Amino acid sequence: MTVSERLRQRISAAFYRHGLLCASYPVPIILFTALCILACCYPLLKLPLPGTGPEEFTTGLRDYAPPPPEPQGDPGDRPDWYRGPPVAYIQQVLVKAAVSPWDNRLVPVDAFRSPLGRVFSLVEEIRNHVHKDSSGVHSLEELCLQVTDLLPGLRRMQAVLPEHGCLLVSPGNYWQNQRERFDSDPDILRTVHQHEPKGLHTSATLRDLLFGVPGKHTGVSLYSRKHVVTYTITVVLQSYDARFVGSLRSRLRQLHPSANCSVREDHMVHVHFKEEIGIAELIPLVTTYIILFAYIYFSTRKIDMVKSKWGLALAAVVTVLSSLLMSVGLCTLFGLTPTLNGGEIFPYLVVVIGLENVLVLTKSVVSTPVDLEVRLRIAQGLSNESWSIMKNMATELGIILIGYFTLVPAIQEFCLFAVVGLVSDFFLQMFFFTTVLSIDIRRMELADLNRRLPAEAGLPPPKPAPLRPRDSPAPPRSERPPPLRPSTPHTITLQPALRSLRLPKRLRVVYFLARTRLAQRIIMAGTVIWIGILVYTDPAGLRTYLAAQVSEQSPLGEAGLPPLGVPPVFPGGDPTSPLNVLPPPEPVPLPENHSQGHGLPSHSPPGPQISWGPEDEETWRRLSFRHWPSLFSYYNITLAKRYISILPVIPVSLYLSAQEALETRHPQDTRLPQTPLAGSPGPPPVPAQADLTLYKVAALGLAAGVLLVLLLFCLYRVLCPRNYGQNGVSVGRRRRGDLPCDDYGYSPPVSEISPLLLRGHNMDIECLASDGMLLASCCLAGQIRVWDAQTGDCLTVIPNQGLHRSSSGVWEQRDAWDGGGASEPESVGGMEGLETGAGLLVPGGAGYPLRRRVTPSRPAMFGDQPDLTPLIDTNFSEQPPPTCPTQPGAFDFRGLVQRAYQEHEASAGLPGYPPSPPPPPQRRGSLGDQPLPPQERPPPSPPDWDSAVWALELRGNLIAAGRSSGKLELWDAVEGVLRSSNEDASSGITALAFLNNRIVAARLNGSLDFFTVDINKPLGLLQYRGTPSRGSVPPSPCYSSDDVISCQLTRSVQCAHQKPITVLKAAAGRVVTGSQDHTVRVYRLEDSCCLFTLQGHSGGITSIYIDQTMVLASGGQDGAICLWDVLTGSRVSHVYGHRGDVTSLVCTTSCIISSGLDDLICIWDRSTGIKLYSVQQEVGCGASLGVISESLLVTGGQGCVSFWDLNFGDLLQTVYLGQSSEGQGVRQLLVLDNAAIVCDFGSELSLVYVPSVLEKLD
Amino acid sequence: MPRLEGNCWSCSCPTGVKHKTLSSAAVWASKAGEMMTIITSVLSSAYGSLHSIHATNLLRRGLVLFTVGVILALVLNLLQIQRNVTLFPEEVIATLFSSAWWVPPCCGTAAAVVGLLYPCIDSRLGEPHKFKREWASVMRCIAVFVGINHASAKLDFANNVQLSLTLAALSLGLWWTFDRSRSGFGLGITIAFLATLITQFLVYNGVYQYTSPDFLYIRSWLPCIFFSGGVTVGNIGRQLAMGGTEKPHND
Repeated sequence: MTVSERLRQRISAAFYRHGLLCASYPVPIILFTALCILACCYPLLKLPLPGTGPEEFTTGLRDYAPPPPEPQGDPGDRPDWYRGPPVAYIQQVLVKAAVSPWDNRLVPVDAFRSPLGRVFSLVEEIRNHVHKDSSGVHSLEELCLQVTDLLPGLRRMQAVLPEHGCLLVSPGNYWQNQRERFDSDPDILRTVHQHEPKGLHTSATLRDLLFGVPGKHTGVSLYSRKHVVTYTITVVLQSYDARFVGSLRSRLRQLHPSANCSVREDHMVHVHFKEEIGIAELIPLVTTYIILFAYIYFSTRKIDMVKSKWGLALAAVVTVLSSLLMSVGLCTLFGLTPTLNGGEIFPYLVVVIGLENVLVLTKSVVSTPVDLEVRLRIAQGLSNESWSIMKNMATELGIILIGYFTLVPAIQEFCLFAVVGLVSDFFLQMFFFTTVLSIDIRRMELADLNRRLPAEAGLPPPKPAPLRPRDSPAPPRSERPPPLRPSTPHTITLQPALRSLRLPKRLRVVYFLARTRLAQRIIMAGTVIWIGILVYTDPAGLRTYLAAQVSEQSPLGEAGLPPLGVPPVFPGGDPTSPLNVLPPPEPVPLPENHSQGHGLPSHSPPGPQISWGPEDEETWRRLSFRHWPSLFSYYNITLAKRYISILPVIPVSLYLSAQEALETRHPQDTRLPQTPLAGSPGPPPVPAQADLTLYKVAALGLAAGVLLVLLLFCLYRVLCPRNYGQNGVSVGRRRRGDLPCDDYGYSPPVSEISPLLLRGHNMDIECLASDGMLLASCCLAGQIRVWDAQTGDCLTVIPNQGLHRSSSGVWEQRDAWDGGGASEPESVGGMEGLETGAGLLVPGGAGYPLRRRVTPSRPAMFGDQPDLTPLIDTNFSEQPPPTCPTQPGAFDFRGLVQRAYQEHEASAGLPGYPPSPPPPPQRRGSLGDQPLPPQERPPPSPPDWDSAVWALELRGNLIAAGRSSGKLELWDAVEGVLRSSNEDASSGITALAFLNNRIVAARLNGSLDFFTVDINKPLGLLQYRGTPSRGSVPPSPCYSSDDVISCQLTRSVQCAHQKPITVLKAAAGRVVTGSQDHTVRVYRLEDSCCLFTLQGHSGGITSIYIDQTMVLASGGQDGAICLWDVLTGSRVSHVYGHRGDVTSLVCTTSCIISSGLDDLICIWDRSTGIKLYSVQQEVGCGASLGVISESLLVTGGQGCVSFWDLNFGDLLQTVYLGQSSEGQGVRQLLVLDNAAIVCDFGSELSLVYVPSVLEKLD
Repeated sequence: MPRLEGNCWSCSCPTGVKHKTLSSAAVWASKAGEMMTIITSVLSSAYGSLHSIHATNLLRRGLVLFTVGVILALVLNLLQIQRNVTLFPEEVIATLFSSAWWVPPCCGTAAAVVGLLYPCIDSRLGEPHKFKREWASVMRCIAVFVGINHASAKLDFANNVQLSLTLAALSLGLWWTFDRSRSGFGLGITIAFLATLITQFLVYNGVYQYTSPDFLYIRSWLPCIFFSGGVTVGNIGRQLAMGGTEKPHND
């Protein structure tokens, strides 16, 4: 353990130093990283671009020999696929034929019928060609590629493509190479077209295959103007015999000499085809990419609380991608060439490397205290996560290492890439991402600074106030006054909320749209670039086209190119002819003479000319790059990952006389519509048809696209229902009856939710306690009322008897304290009948047993005070209750009480933090500190009416009240009698917890007292609640009136905290206290043993949440929220969510809800500590929170309570408590088990039922 | 609420235990009809208590899982068919959607059942799954699962044992990386076992076949695929259950 601990420390320290370094010199480090990336990616330039286009390699024809199967020695610049013999050698005989001179008797069909007819004799010639030499007689049959059956699926091709023999294709195949069929064919064009597939076809069509030149270049058309028919006879050779090919070439040239032909014949092009990706293979690929994008999206979505979320997300993606590139680059550098399909393994590599570390880093850095310097924050964040990062990386490396030892080459290669990728990713994270993060955080702080500077100028800084408001014990713990007073509204602007939280919802929607469009644009631009690159590199694509164009048009290209190839390869040609390569605008005499010299029919100058240009050298380039693979695939020969060698074409020029054309004419040819050949034909029908299909396809594609988008949208809606605070975006959700999502105006179930006002208190309600059935409240006047939580009836009133008992003295004292001799004579006078006598109260009886007196007149100086007079019972006719001791109160408490009050007073009167609006502090003070007459009460006197109730708890029908005098009282809630009291300590009780039969009291001096409530039950157990209808009421001890209840101090922890305890919560057998001394302590309830002292806050603890499932969350004045593991005492997560105090905290099973002084309600994911969203509330509303069900949140506002949908962050409804929404804030909110909410509202209580939730719970 | 929940589970659990196959596997065609009746029963119960969010939530989760299962089945089947691992009668590539129409719905149903079963068992065992509950992790899991399938289809191994061992290690790694719960492991093993059994049965009856079977009638790596598929779908199901709008109240 020590070794690992030491290692951990070392790593942590190293990361800390590294973080300092990164944050100190951001720009040089980023430059350095960029250089590193570029250097590592440099070897990638040698790699081919991923794509399916074939690659070419050109060798000379002269001394060609098939490459050896194994690469030997220095490969030179030959590609690594150039190994072994090719699949086949392609020999094309390019035939250009024209009827020349053109005769007016001729019809358009004649332009290609007779030239095509010559193909049969040519094919015969080629087939029968033999080459005799010393080694024997070679014929085509032994050299050519013998093919067998066509694939079974190609029945309709059977008649056209050759089977069982040489693979030799020519246009003659349309007529089974039989001249007779051709001659009797009435419509050549139809024969050609009938094999064309319908619709759009990108790959090679049969016409392309047979003609060997692209369809529009063949000239086989009625509308061709050039009258030159071009086609090829393609011979596929199994093996290359230079002499045979040479003899064939010279023979053909001899038979059909091509004039002015400058076609170069010295190069052989090897074309390598990559593995073809069909639709079937594309689908899994696309799926993996979709998953990858979803992964990236879900990962980067978690980046939060930074200046530019998308900038950081981009940085994260850049980190991962460039680490991948670096890994490939490095592997190439060291001689490892990737053999795997890069596109296929890429998503897996990204997923293996992952974005997790980046996110962890971000989260860790942003959760460091905001008041630190940036570099310290970075360093701290880094060192916090150093151990986990290293551990994860070691684990991943280990897993990959195991993968390496599977000894499967593919996996090994993958692992190698992954290892290098992981290491480079780590490097980039440490240098690149950390630095970017530091820049971002610095920017954020600058922005914050700018925002707060003008506001701060004229104001005293709120932070360095001498005492935090938290220090004051005056307001009872659970009842914090609204954090931001309306009187100081500018403090809101002083709380610089985080940028993402400040955005109004509408802006966020706009933001969202803007963001998505940005993403769209990036994707679009990427696609366009990709397509552009592919098109450019495609051999059949743009580049060759452009090159051809350039060479055709620029005089330099023509002049420069042709002479190169002339001298060696053109033995039979005229050396002067190459100079005229292009169709000359005017007839050039020399070639004509030349051709005439060869005995060809002479033609007049206007006849069509056959010209040979450099573009004819490699006509196959104009074909689709799928041409050869599809031709071979018909015979089940795959070209994937193999290559073919294309031999230079043999040019053949055919000039036919008009006479010949007329002879071969079919009788039906003349019946064809005669169109003027020279004149421009109208809109040609065939292209129109093609256009129509194009439109059809486009329309279909559009429809499919729309459908797909809709489908994706629906899927997105289903998958990601969370709206993240974007209110009212979707209309569809509003229609769901159970979730009325709308803003303030729309509230369909308004009749369902109506507040029930519980009136009776005369002063502001200070404490509120409930156990589900009963509700106890205590006002500032010390009056405790017990209500039925379901009907809202007032069951019991436990009045402040001190007012009447020591009436004259007390009130005089009080008035004197209040600074005036003015007194209320009525109050001194009589009192009305009701006392706490058991018999007087009817349990469950109606309304208000107190009979009110009409107050005659009140002094003017009390005008702003609540009317207290009805409280004062002036009826002396009633006997004092027997249980109520009549002895005067204890005097010996006085000093202590006074001290307590002085503390109280000192802290209550803080500047800038006055307590809740209606009760002036001095009034409360006067209640808490009444200098009692010395002779009043003996020590055991139970009810201490003169001190304020600071804490109240209700269990069963026992009310535990903690007073400022340090006294703990147990009242019977039903009968209103004091059952027990304890005054062992004199420090005021600031918080109480009542669990099972134990009471824990936290005192002002930081001590914690554990009491045990003993019940000596007599036999006749009387239960107040005859029908405990709700089984969900926690098992609380139920006391009957006959029980003798005693409350004993079992243990007192004297110095539980150094400073006053502010929060006390108990659940699941644990008592948790939070104090001003920045610590949280966990005690076991049974033996009051302190289990843990949790340190982690840098401010006093202001709120704590613990529930039955042992979830403990604490919030402090530093705005931090910590989640603790109660079993181990370790901190699970730690987030900074608020500027200012965290005022309350609630957890559900999935999230934590916190509210702070900044009027922000934040909802956090409980398991990850990531902020899901936040809701900006009105000023001064954020203090009270409650969760009704797993998805329904209640917050108190100014005179209203609001219901929120937790999953969407939508405001469901706002319920106004009073008619006039004066500035009364709801300060305390209690959720009862029956889905009712109780909140205090000035001097009234409001009981709000949420019936829809009630139904759901049932 | 608990009543309804129990209702839903009682109708889906027992039948779900009977047959759970996923991913590239296939389920007995007739059982798809049975599943449909289950779905319709869930539907009707949902309609019966439309006000209850829980039922609609369950339905929604089921639908999402079904879709995921169908898509995964299509994609992964395509992978297998490309490599001629699985031989369906006639030309499947051309008529994938007609002749083997029953595969995707069955896989989708199985995915729905498994995906709903995982959170159900979690809540029954009372140990909520806490490990890496994020969508990003789920996506990672799916990607790794597809990768395993990819590897099984595309990589050329020396022999079948090596392939199976590698895939088994990969599946275990998947479970360790993304799940790490005992219930997940147990359920995954059960699913793998049952699915393998069903596949054996199907192949024995000649519904389809595998090339070069080395484990009775099927390929020996099939259980690994089933296992990782179960873990993946369970992961999705748990995430859906967690991110859902409503969850049953346990207290």
